[in-house]
Amino acid sequence: MPQSTPTAKISVQELSAWYGDKPALTRVSLDFPTREVSAIIGPSGCGKSTLIRCCNRMHELVAGARHRGSIQLDGKDIHASDVDPVLIRRRVGMVFQKPNPFPTMSIRDNVLSGLRLTGIHGDDRDAIVEGALQQAALWTEVKDRLGAPGIALSSGQQQRLCIARALAVEPDVLLMDEPCSALDPIATTRIEDLLANLRERYTIVIVTHNMQQAARVSQQTAFLLNGELVEFTETDALFTQPKDRRTEDYVTGKFG
Amino acid sequence: MQRLSRRPPSRALERAFRGLCLLAVLLPVALLGVLLFDVIRTGIARIDVEFLTSFPSRRPEEAGILAAAVGSLWLVTLTAAFAVPIGVATAIYLEEYARTGRLAGLIEINISNLAGVPSIIYGLLGLELFVRALALGRSLIAGALTLALLVLPIVIMATREALRSVPASLREAALALGATPWQVVRQVVLPIAVPGVMTGSILAISRAIGEAAPLLVLGALSYVDFLPEGIRSPFSALPIQIFNWTRRPQPGFAVDAAAGIIVLMATLLVLNATAILTRNRMQKRLGR
Repeated sequence: MPQSTPTAKISVQELSAWYGDKPALTRVSLDFPTREVSAIIGPSGCGKSTLIRCCNRMHELVAGARHRGSIQLDGKDIHASDVDPVLIRRRVGMVFQKPNPFPTMSIRDNVLSGLRLTGIHGDDRDAIVEGALQQAALWTEVKDRLGAPGIALSSGQQQRLCIARALAVEPDVLLMDEPCSALDPIATTRIEDLLANLRERYTIVIVTHNMQQAARVSQQTAFLLNGELVEFTETDALFTQPKDRRTEDYVTGKFG
Repeated sequence: MQRLSRRPPSRALERAFRGLCLLAVLLPVALLGVLLFDVIRTGIARIDVEFLTSFPSRRPEEAGILAAAVGSLWLVTLTAAFAVPIGVATAIYLEEYARTGRLAGLIEINISNLAGVPSIIYGLLGLELFVRALALGRSLIAGALTLALLVLPIVIMATREALRSVPASLREAALALGATPWQVVRQVVLPIAVPGVMTGSILAISRAIGEAAPLLVLGALSYVDFLPEGIRSPFSALPIQIFNWTRRPQPGFAVDAAAGIIVLMATLLVLNATAILTRNRMQKRLGR
């Protein structure tokens, strides 16, 4: 068994996952370092999303989904029998492909929804709303209309609202599942800029099908192919001197 | 050169088909129109405050629908009080907790079967179960429980439809924020589905308000000269009153029946229009 490095926030060991009989991941082992951005790239259907959905135990919510192997968060096995998946998800936040603010809630309520949903009563709600929106670089755009419905924003703003919503519950880790795939280039740039700041406080794992994006925002990049981890190393090294032939073919655009 | 499209069917054929479809729509609408016109022409002059506030009478010109209307109001209120909570809870269980599995399958088959059972059978069930076995007598509560069974499938199916229309991405978002399944249902899914649930409930009520057969079997009274005092009271209802009037030989009662039908139909129209408006509001809320 590979030992997790001391700075690993999330340590994945020998992780395999299936949907019914269909394998999605095969014996993947890697460590996501604390307060850095790790990118996961690979062609469609290679298991990128499955890998991060295992990290907050969202994978098990799909009917027929199962897994083998272990994932440790700060050295603690998240699948241990005494661990409540609900508590894992409060420490490991997630942002999805399509912006999905709650349609019945205002901007403010969307930010607070994580706290409301889980019955945590924050001390100073206004401060929480402002803090989360500041971190998501949305505050100046919405501070005068916090009561407006969340779905009235543009899709780029909606996605930053979803980031603010995830940050309001003060997670350690932020998982992002192709967060820019539904956004235009300008909105994408704003989110990429945002990641550089968020990195100071959070451990971020971002799935992307866009290799330039991985190169721009991440310190580590993992390349997955058919459910197997081909290579996981520093982003610069992966793109400039890939060790594996398949990685080289993929990053130079020979397939994918 | 390759042809880009097939030759279009001849204009005449196109037009004939369109005409046929139009005819299929217009025929039932016209029949209904004739019926409505006839009823309204016969009964509209009979509707006044006195008709609405009088008890039934031997003399057609003095008879009114007060007892029947109040009975119907009691009946549908009680019916909704039973059918809506049970129906919504069933739908939540089926949609949010037991999407697969044998028990869910069994319940589903039962609900579809229930929806297809003729309403008179519900009357027989109500007579045996509520009136006799549970000794509730020929009372409002027995009638309401019977009608609740009858409309339960409508509430369940409409609620399931509404729950299903809540995008899965919103459930995922809430779960990923650390909400438990119950918190997701209570705070995210239900608030979005409420208009759909209301639509279903209103449709169920409008079905209950128009039912006569099960209440006849159950023993609703056709001559009631008092207002219900509680849930154990004997009762009448609008469809029963109308049915009774149509069987009387005096021509004056035919006018009373027509007037009663107008009242009942106006109520149904208002209810159904409310249901449609509510549904449209829901679709707008989801941003479609």
